[in-house]
Amino acid sequence: MIESILSVNNMVTAFKTSDGLLPAVRGASFSVKKGETLCIVGESGCGKSITALSIMGLLPSNGKVTEGSVMFENKDLLTLKKEDMRSLRGNEISMIFQEPMTALNPVFTVGYQIREPLMIHHRLSKREAHQKGIELLKRVGIPSPASRMNQYPHELSGGMRQRVMIAIALSCNPKLLVADEPTTALDVTIQAQIIDLLNDLKRDFEMSLIMITHDMGVVAEIADRVIVMYAGEIIENGTVSEIFNSPQHPYTRGLLSSVPNVDDPDFHLNPIAGSLPLLNEKISGCRFHPRCPHAMEKCKAVSPVTFEATPTHSARCWLMEDEEVRQHGGQRAGTL
Amino acid sequence: MKLAGLIVQRFMQLILLLIGISFIVFLSMHIAPGDPASIIGGPTASKADIEAIQENLGLNKPILVQYWDYLKGVFSGDLGFSYQTKQSVTEALTERFPNTLNLAIASIIVAVVIGVAAGIISALKHNSLFDALSTMIALGGISIPNFWLGAVLILIFAVNLQWLPVGGLTDPFWTIEGIKQLILPALTLGTGSAAMIARMSRSAMLEVIRADYVRTARAKGVREKSVIMLHCLRNAMIPVITVIGLNFGFLLGGTIITEQVFAINGVGRLMIESIAARDFPMVQGAVLLVATLFVLVNLIVDIVYAFIDPRISYE
Ligand SMILES: Nc1ncnc2c1ncn2[C@@H]1O[C@H](COP(=O)(O)OP(=O)(O)O)[C@@H](O)[C@H]1O
Ligand SMILES: [Mg+2]
Repeated sequence: MIESILSVNNMVTAFKTSDGLLPAVRGASFSVKKGETLCIVGESGCGKSITALSIMGLLPSNGKVTEGSVMFENKDLLTLKKEDMRSLRGNEISMIFQEPMTALNPVFTVGYQIREPLMIHHRLSKREAHQKGIELLKRVGIPSPASRMNQYPHELSGGMRQRVMIAIALSCNPKLLVADEPTTALDVTIQAQIIDLLNDLKRDFEMSLIMITHDMGVVAEIADRVIVMYAGEIIENGTVSEIFNSPQHPYTRGLLSSVPNVDDPDFHLNPIAGSLPLLNEKISGCRFHPRCPHAMEKCKAVSPVTFEATPTHSARCWLMEDEEVRQHGGQRAGTL
Repeated sequence: MKLAGLIVQRFMQLILLLIGISFIVFLSMHIAPGDPASIIGGPTASKADIEAIQENLGLNKPILVQYWDYLKGVFSGDLGFSYQTKQSVTEALTERFPNTLNLAIASIIVAVVIGVAAGIISALKHNSLFDALSTMIALGGISIPNFWLGAVLILIFAVNLQWLPVGGLTDPFWTIEGIKQLILPALTLGTGSAAMIARMSRSAMLEVIRADYVRTARAKGVREKSVIMLHCLRNAMIPVITVIGLNFGFLLGGTIITEQVFAINGVGRLMIESIAARDFPMVQGAVLLVATLFVLVNLIVDIVYAFIDPRISYE
């Protein structure tokens, strides 16, 4: 078995708000294997970014991980000293963000920003870092990289800036790259290029990738494994073929049927009715039941446990209990 | 270079502005009640005496002709002669200006050091006791009148504690005595600006520390000290520079009360004395000088801007 590079165990992240302490991530557990691409999908606001920022130790000042652990190569990132965590960031774990237009510092050149992690983590001289920077820009497909080094972010297009961000993130050969909707803000053609680039780089750099997206098209293209989040919970976890071919949770099925299918002219976009609950909304039982077309009495009363459809595929939905009872005579994976 | 274009353009603006300002000052001095000739002649002067004085000063010529003569002088560096002392205005200003400049520079240094530091600490310790106190003091600093603050400072530090002199600015600023003489006036004049700079620094910094690129810097593993002092400060200073420049302009032109309170022989005091004496050429000269400096300071701010904000281009 390939070992996990990252394993998140029962992580709870809460925000201090005027309504009290509100959990935005409610007990997330998942792991990423070496060289694997994990996609985190779900509607906007379901807690994808907060999950990523919790791992990175980059939560907004009112947010805090209150429970659980995040194991990265036998170290719990949540209990690591600030300074030790800092020296991991941008070095062994990197992150790229959704908004290339604002993610780069407007008053520093591209060169300065790409040299920075190399000089901090690999202790390169300015000249060495500059040389490495040019190579990196070339590797991420930026034409005339040497002259780009002297340009400022505002002189670059959105797609180019995202490439620069990727070059910065990869500069120190990280073992894990967290990409938070890196293509959402870009044009469709540029999106495809960036996804292809990430796919290539992942192989070249032999790193693991956590890709956050709400685009199932991107998932199909890049994922090995998929976790589906809803209202702060992971409600389904499976390999990419399992998620696409036998989705278990009604929410996952809803997500899949809201993807336009170009091969099928009769396909109708079928988004899930209703909207994500607010953080301060109290919901009994399954957090999805108010929107679920199959909701039963039990769903309103009791929060579902995790059921395994296969050893690599699990979901939190009471519908699976009936099936399991029918098929295997009841075989639970236990509560989460 | 684009910057050269900007400088040329600004100098053209400066010349136009000077013509405009000199015209307004010239006109308003002539419209204002009080005839300089009778003031110069004194209460005992006869009508003939006064007419002679008017003739002598060219005051009986049409006003536009008078203005034209004056303007020609301005561009050759000749600002005319004081009615009162017969001294050359250019000379009088050159004599007094260093005191005003020293005061203004000392004040802006006080204002920038206190203002920027207080603003940044306030923003980093957002909603703390320090933040609340400094916001309150800043509010006070903006609303306290200079003459009152000056008087209070003199009472405490010069009269009671006797640490610093009561007034005067006679020693050069590079001597201990000169610095001692500058402290109270600089505090008096600089407090308002310090308060404004503090408020601007605080809000700029608060905005910047939430910016995406600051999160990126942390994601890269940049040390916290560099995150604040490089990634945040460089951006936060962009709007603050404007406020500093503006305030320096205000300080240069706003030394009147402080010079009066601390008995400093600067341009401000010269202006008051000259207005009282209807000494037209002196007032005009002083106002022109202050206006020119104000525009020059703004030009310098624009240039500094271009250096710290690469997004600005002057095309
Ligand atoms: N600083 C914050 N304070 C309070 N709530 C927050 C904060 N940041 C994010 N949230 C809430 O946390 C939830 C999850 O947000 P996020 O992870 O950004 O969603 P997404 O899945 O779109 O990335 C949302 O309901 C959001 O409103
Ligand atoms: Mg997000």
